[in-house]
Amino acid sequence: MTVSLTINGDQHTSTAAGWESLLSVMRDEIGLRGSKDACDQGECGSCSVVLDGTLVCSCLIMIGDCEDASITTVEGLAGSGALHAVQEALLDEGGVQCGFCTPGFVVAGAHLLEANPHPTEDEIREALSGNICRCTGYGGILRALELLSNAPSGGDA
Amino acid sequence: MDFVRAKDVAEAIAAKAERPDAEFLAGGTDLMVAVNLDDHRPQSVIGLRHVAELQQMDDTRIGAGVTWDRLERAPQRALAQAARTVGSPQIRAAGTIGGNVGTASPAGDGLAWIAALDAGIEVASVERGRRIVPWAEFFVGVKRTSLAADEMITAVVLPDEQIEAQEFAKVGSRNTMVISTVSCVVARVGSGYRVALGSVAPTPMRAFQAEEMLNDETSPSPAAIAEFGRLVAAEVRPITDHRSTEAYRRHAAGVLAGRLLERCLSS
Repeated sequence: MTVSLTINGDQHTSTAAGWESLLSVMRDEIGLRGSKDACDQGECGSCSVVLDGTLVCSCLIMIGDCEDASITTVEGLAGSGALHAVQEALLDEGGVQCGFCTPGFVVAGAHLLEANPHPTEDEIREALSGNICRCTGYGGILRALELLSNAPSGGDA
Repeated sequence: MDFVRAKDVAEAIAAKAERPDAEFLAGGTDLMVAVNLDDHRPQSVIGLRHVAELQQMDDTRIGAGVTWDRLERAPQRALAQAARTVGSPQIRAAGTIGGNVGTASPAGDGLAWIAALDAGIEVASVERGRRIVPWAEFFVGVKRTSLAADEMITAVVLPDEQIEAQEFAKVGSRNTMVISTVSCVVARVGSGYRVALGSVAPTPMRAFQAEEMLNDETSPSPAAIAEFGRLVAAEVRPITDHRSTEAYRRHAAGVLAGRLLERCLSS
């Protein structure tokens, strides 16, 4: 089947089998490999994307259900040549080790700050609770989001 | 693969009548795991994400498409507590109560609540229109329901009863992102008590003997609360599997029931 969808503002058409996941179509057909493929069951958050305004695991989204959908991935967050504020903050606070979980955290963190530019620590922990890091990197990740939350312009920094 | 994007219930049940083998897709949190991990290859899918009626909820009727993140703020306290324990923010934004009912896992986090409140499952088909199936007739085994091949789940419907108190808790191997080892809801309805449990039988179940014992008590004593827990532990029918043992589940069921009863009494 043919599915037309918008990813990071660009129109794409997928001809993959309808049962394929949005994640596998993005990675294997479209060539957007920022969203990572780890658990394939919605537990790890490394494939997090924003689908029509909602943070979801793209491994659990069926491509057949994506006609006319609008998706933002980690590739859509950084401007040309400039990192997103969450990416900068993760670098500043040492919130990255192996980096595999990082795109999911960047998408989830940016999604939080868009709705709530000055989240509390509890709100940050809650918003990132669907993303797993196995390099024990949570301290740095939390500090990065707190840095942005405490900035005068909040998550808009 | 054939994908029908239904815009309303009429369209969804018409598609299902034509394609009895079609699978319904709501949040995808069960169906896509089967696709990704079990090589399940659906040939025909009816997508329900855009059916507005299924998203509606009020005090007595919860549309099948209502997601867990909305149920976290539901006025029904025990349902909100249960919704809070489902997966992660990403899962709660996608998964629905109708999906929980349709999958009918013994560990479904919403199912003990449905049993405790004696809710019915509203189903629809072209042939028979709408009907409400009592929960005890809907859930017939592990991941098995009495839903007919041409039917879809449209809502969870609550009876018109005065709920005085309702409390949910579950036990798992960690605090979050966990499939329950035992889940339990205790409710005070009118002057009586209800206790329902998940993950301790092939379907969600009520512990009727424990309810009957307690319903003679206007203000249960500590001894009556302890006896209530003991009866619940005796009445559940758990198994030993990769998640826990029969003995632990039995013990935890009694502890949870007693604890939730105390919370109901003090609320």
